[in-house]
Amino acid sequence: MSLFEKPAHVLHDMLQKKEISSVELTKDVLARIDAVEPQVGAYLTLTRDAALAQAEAADKKIAAGEDVAFLEGIPGAIKDNICTKGVKTTCASKILDNFVPPYDATVMTKVKAESPVLLGKTNLDEFAMGGSTENSAYHVTHNPWNTKCVPGGSSGGSAAAVASGTAIWALGTDTGGSIRQPASFCGVVGLKPTYGRVSRYGIVAYASSLDQVGPLARDVTDAANVLNVISGLDEMDSTSSPSPVPDFTKALREDVKGLKIGLPKEYFTDGMDPEVEKAVKDAIEQYRSMGAEIVEISLPHTKYAISTYYLIAPAEAATNLQRYDGVSYGARVDGADLVEMMTNTRTEKFGEEVKRRIMIGNYALSAGYYDAYYLKALKVRTLIQQDYTEAFQKVDVIMCPTAPTPAYEIGSMISDPLQMYLQDICTVPLNLAGLPGISLPCGRSSKGMPIGLQIIGKALDEETILRAAYTYEQSQNYHNEMAKLGGEQA
Amino acid sequence: MKVTKKDLENVAVLSRLRVPEDKQETYIQQMDAILTYMDNLSEVDTENVKPTTYALPMSNVFREDEVKPSLDREAALSNAPLKENGYFKVPKVLED
Repeated sequence: MSLFEKPAHVLHDMLQKKEISSVELTKDVLARIDAVEPQVGAYLTLTRDAALAQAEAADKKIAAGEDVAFLEGIPGAIKDNICTKGVKTTCASKILDNFVPPYDATVMTKVKAESPVLLGKTNLDEFAMGGSTENSAYHVTHNPWNTKCVPGGSSGGSAAAVASGTAIWALGTDTGGSIRQPASFCGVVGLKPTYGRVSRYGIVAYASSLDQVGPLARDVTDAANVLNVISGLDEMDSTSSPSPVPDFTKALREDVKGLKIGLPKEYFTDGMDPEVEKAVKDAIEQYRSMGAEIVEISLPHTKYAISTYYLIAPAEAATNLQRYDGVSYGARVDGADLVEMMTNTRTEKFGEEVKRRIMIGNYALSAGYYDAYYLKALKVRTLIQQDYTEAFQKVDVIMCPTAPTPAYEIGSMISDPLQMYLQDICTVPLNLAGLPGISLPCGRSSKGMPIGLQIIGKALDEETILRAAYTYEQSQNYHNEMAKLGGEQA
Repeated sequence: MKVTKKDLENVAVLSRLRVPEDKQETYIQQMDAILTYMDNLSEVDTENVKPTTYALPMSNVFREDEVKPSLDREAALSNAPLKENGYFKVPKVLED
């Protein structure tokens, strides 16, 4: 087994015991990048030289006998909508083509305190708007399990990097499923923390009441460890939660005896792929056999979640993206006067999906439509949240598929935006309610594509979903299998 | 059709975007399909329901009003498309 195939916690132990050096590990991952990145296209920016320098620095610290932090010397990748001081942050948009942040996002400050090796910035749907990474203004990312398929999105680059061995761990962001769905499509673990658990300071804003940063990882243990690094109150983000942060690794124990698992009937929808349904139901049977109790529940407002999400998120996006005006940073396209300059800049530099969402958002917020659309959506959001509150009086966690299908072929859905939006049915309700969710592999389709199980928790109770995920993971072997890219021996 | 050409033009101006003639029909159809789908919200009785803007209940997050280090001017201007004498430079707004 090559080093790039191992999870971070195994590599951490090897570094600590001085069985390997970070330079050795980093060179192994860089060689993997040389070998498969041309087929996968997970990265927008690679920072090879800096990565090797960080590896050398980590090795010196370890040799000096200093305590080894979890991510120390371990190569990871960062989604390109997270501000990285001195390293270009494009959001996969032409409007930020030359943007080099003069500061780090809080999550980057926290990650860098661990002395990791940072390989570069990963591809996404422009401004995180999309579920396939096809909306990137730069290039398409390919699913490592079948390069004809999408990796999911919007954190498709981060998921594809972790799945193909071109990063050991990665950060993504999740506004309506953008960590969990690509994790599901690429067969890795993705965790969206409770809203407020992780600071949003320095994350390029899409929909501020929904956005969260979280890990994409090889296994549940790595996800818990990365969550430990990035969580916590931040005075730079007034919506970050003051709740104490537990040590999430303490939740990693095999124990689901008596755990009450809710199965929401509304999530097993008509459009669901039968192979997905079977894989998820088999996983739930596995939980039952391990001592969990399965309870059928109802979340009656689920069918309104797509409408609610696709009004609130574009409305917030329309407001947040007003800042791209060609004045203080980003691209500028000249015009005769100020308004023409702004209009030229935005028309030429934003992609189609971003423009569509800005216009839908402004439509929903405009005079005459505000009450019928935006305000109505905010009220239905309350009802969606109440559904969960009631369900969680009866159960400890809720389980359902992460996505209604496995990864689909590139180009097969992009021309029908509404059809794309409907694919988000299993993931957007959590963001509306602010709840934590994790996706982990629970099967493969007949075509060999990964299927994800989603576990939803109570607000600020990431520990229970981590414990449930860990228990199932240890009963299976998915976390030890990596995608076989072309040319490799199976 | 819910979305008319006039609606599209209006919302484009609000968004500081221009929709070229040959793309207007596609935008109108796509926005119309999306907004028509969203009409399912009108089935929901929200008579006595309060709106939720943030999922976690939080309000009035205060901190001490202290001077702390922040980005210096050089750094803040480092990404400006056009600058002059420490200022962002924009096209002329006022007449001579």
